[in-house]
Amino acid sequence: MFDSITLGQYYQTDSVLHRLDPRVKLVGTFTYLISLFVVKSFWGYLLAAMFLFVMIKLSNVPFRYIVRGMKTILFLLLITVCFNLFLTPGEVIWQFSIFKITREGLSFAIKMALRLSLLILGSSIMTLTTTPTQLTDALETLMKPLRKVHVPVHEIAMMMSIALRFIPILMEETDKIMKAQIARGADFESKNIVKKIKSLVPLLVPLFISAFRRANDLAMAMEARCYRGGEGRTKMKPLVYCAKDRVAYFILLAFFVVCILTRIFL
Amino acid sequence: MLNRFTPMIKIQKLIHDYIKRDDEGNVAGTVRAIGGVDLHVEPGRFIAILGHNGSGKSTLAKHLNALLFPTEGTVWVDGMSTSDGKNLWEIRREAGMVFQNPDNQIIAQVVEEDVGFGPENIGVPTEEIWTRVEESLKAVGMLEHRKKSPNRLSGGQKQRVSIAGVIAMEPKCIILDEPTAMLDPNGRKEVIKAAKKLNREKGITVILITHYMEEAVDADMIFVMDKGVVAMQGTPREIFCQVERMKELQLDVPQVTLLGHELRKAGLAIPDCILTKEELADALLGAPEAAGEKEEADGDQS
Amino acid sequence: MGIKVDDICFLYERGTAMQVRALDHISVEIPDDQFIGLIGHTGSGKSTFVQTLNGLLKVTSGHIYYNGEDIDGEKFDRKKLRSDVGLVFQYPEHQLFEVDVITDVCFGPKNLGLSESEARSRAIEALESVKMSKSLYKASPFDLSGGEKRRAAIAGVLAMRPKILILDEPTAGLDPRGRDEILGLIAEMKKERNMTIILVSHSMDDVARYVDRIMVMGGGKILYDDEPVKVFRHVKELEDLGLAAPQITYVMKLLKERGLDVNTDVLRVKEAAAEILAHRRELHV
Repeated sequence: MFDSITLGQYYQTDSVLHRLDPRVKLVGTFTYLISLFVVKSFWGYLLAAMFLFVMIKLSNVPFRYIVRGMKTILFLLLITVCFNLFLTPGEVIWQFSIFKITREGLSFAIKMALRLSLLILGSSIMTLTTTPTQLTDALETLMKPLRKVHVPVHEIAMMMSIALRFIPILMEETDKIMKAQIARGADFESKNIVKKIKSLVPLLVPLFISAFRRANDLAMAMEARCYRGGEGRTKMKPLVYCAKDRVAYFILLAFFVVCILTRIFL
Repeated sequence: MLNRFTPMIKIQKLIHDYIKRDDEGNVAGTVRAIGGVDLHVEPGRFIAILGHNGSGKSTLAKHLNALLFPTEGTVWVDGMSTSDGKNLWEIRREAGMVFQNPDNQIIAQVVEEDVGFGPENIGVPTEEIWTRVEESLKAVGMLEHRKKSPNRLSGGQKQRVSIAGVIAMEPKCIILDEPTAMLDPNGRKEVIKAAKKLNREKGITVILITHYMEEAVDADMIFVMDKGVVAMQGTPREIFCQVERMKELQLDVPQVTLLGHELRKAGLAIPDCILTKEELADALLGAPEAAGEKEEADGDQS
Repeated sequence: MGIKVDDICFLYERGTAMQVRALDHISVEIPDDQFIGLIGHTGSGKSTFVQTLNGLLKVTSGHIYYNGEDIDGEKFDRKKLRSDVGLVFQYPEHQLFEVDVITDVCFGPKNLGLSESEARSRAIEALESVKMSKSLYKASPFDLSGGEKRRAAIAGVLAMRPKILILDEPTAGLDPRGRDEILGLIAEMKKERNMTIILVSHSMDDVARYVDRIMVMGGGKILYDDEPVKVFRHVKELEDLGLAAPQITYVMKLLKERGLDVNTDVLRVKEAAAEILAHRRELHV
């Protein structure tokens, strides 16, 4: 059911990007997203696209795999383009009955499509090269200062990581319960909305009960293994920056500065 | 490490009541799960606790890890009372626990990270965590799977990872609460073999709660729970020879023992309690000429 | 007439790198009124196989005929198949969802389009078959004990009045008494209703006591298909598959090795005792 979504799913291979500290990738992705809103000129976009292209090459993830993931959001992209193309007022360059395309609309639509594609590709590069565990680790470390203002950073990260562990288990369970109810004559394929919602009860009730039971068991298992929140905890895999991470930060900074410069001077 | 004078587990007059609440959360009554248990376990032993579902054996297990606290009476783990709040984390570290459902006790998404979870919690330095994880995985024979996702393991393998997760905290005692109930015969053998090995090689006290009689045959001591009390205790031989009593307690005895029992009832002069097929053969046909020819690996259950 | 399975295969994740052949050219006949044990270790394909029998999984190739009709045929009534071939999954108590036991058991019959009263009478019949105490009909399924929950769930399938009932590991996680209770119930149902029962299990000791025929699966194939004693003659091969013969069979084999001329085709304690006693004159006792 969820097989078709490859967008942003971790792709196992070895590359410079895979080995980079996840914090660098997280900060890098945010910097890149901001830079997409900083640049305005053609040269700026070209720079951003070039940067992304180099990153994709560095990631060792096949270009085809990434593009296939883009298919799922093609529809969204088309709608955005159409909106901008037809609804931007300005100098009309083409008209057919009520549809008219303006010069401003055209340039706006192109920019918008570019920006959106780069945005999605840019963030998927991060998720393609970073495991969910690394990501939660990075988030936890980066957000540590927020603990001072009583944000439960460790707890949030722990919840995310447990959720990720249990998603496949619960999916499997959904499939199992569904089959069991189909064997009892349940119909999950009804077109009628009311019937459809009603037919979900025999699926959702057992699923919730099971999820609660699992949560209960898991909480007990964690307590039995001395879990008591983030205080006094050490890390098996602490995040430590090394030389390549510093180089990466430097490149990022340079890229961002150039982006700002294109906005000012071009 | 082991203090000769401190029992690993000592339980005195333990009573446990579960509080029943009505829909508004008011106390509606209590259910007595354990009604006066006394128990004594020496360090380094392999103990089995048997009992049918609802006999109170799982509740008892949770007291040994300070997950539940006595309503009355006292539980000491390595000389520390579980009722004393300051002992809590030390007790949980010393008496590790493995539960029934293999899926609901693995926390991390990578095997080795899960084994490291316990040591992380008790503040072990990073480098030592790595050595502990490696040793623990080796001890249960799961080292080659260290980088895998737990979702890709079999039930028996998951339970062995859970055992490794407990060993990594360097406990003196492991409590296994029906670790094999959801496994297939192969998985069951793997888990019991791992537990026996830990007991033998590392001297860790093992308390195995189960309703598979074959798993209890090699224990040093068996406790049988019924209606919240210890109904029988003794060596496997002492326990299993009471075939009728075990049936009353809604339990089985190994089939060989049952066969021996039937033969004795029919008038054959064979010893009272047969635990293995070899013993039965010896009893019926005299000891074989080459003594010890049938010494097989310990995972083998007749 | 029963079910005829003709050269079926089933592939998971077909066409990807992860493709797994779960069923590999299986042909077998399942007649009416037979008690069958289906044995195999985890991953042998037995769960996949039983799911193809009532159409929950569609076979990749080959055909399954129910009463002579191809179940993948265009005119075939799949709903009827699902009620005729009842499937009780592992840990079936996890599918309970209604407010009380009897309403939950009514779920199946109601899905068949039966009237409220008809569904209720079928539910009561099914609950009686699993020996559920009347006082529990109105209880919430979540307040029952483990064994009771399981019996309620089995009643939920039984209320569809299946002609073939498949139970996937019905004793998993139960204690010895619960196990004997469930297996006893199933054997009784078999007698009363004259239906075919397929008991999926990895416990030889459970299966050996009850069934007329054993099918052993391994690697997606049916490796042995015979009466129990004949299947258990292949102890070595069964062990290689990660299975075992019943404990008593091992005892008898050892006795024979040690020179006592007993028949080793024995699966139950009582038979073994009788067999040994028949040879008592040869014994030195």
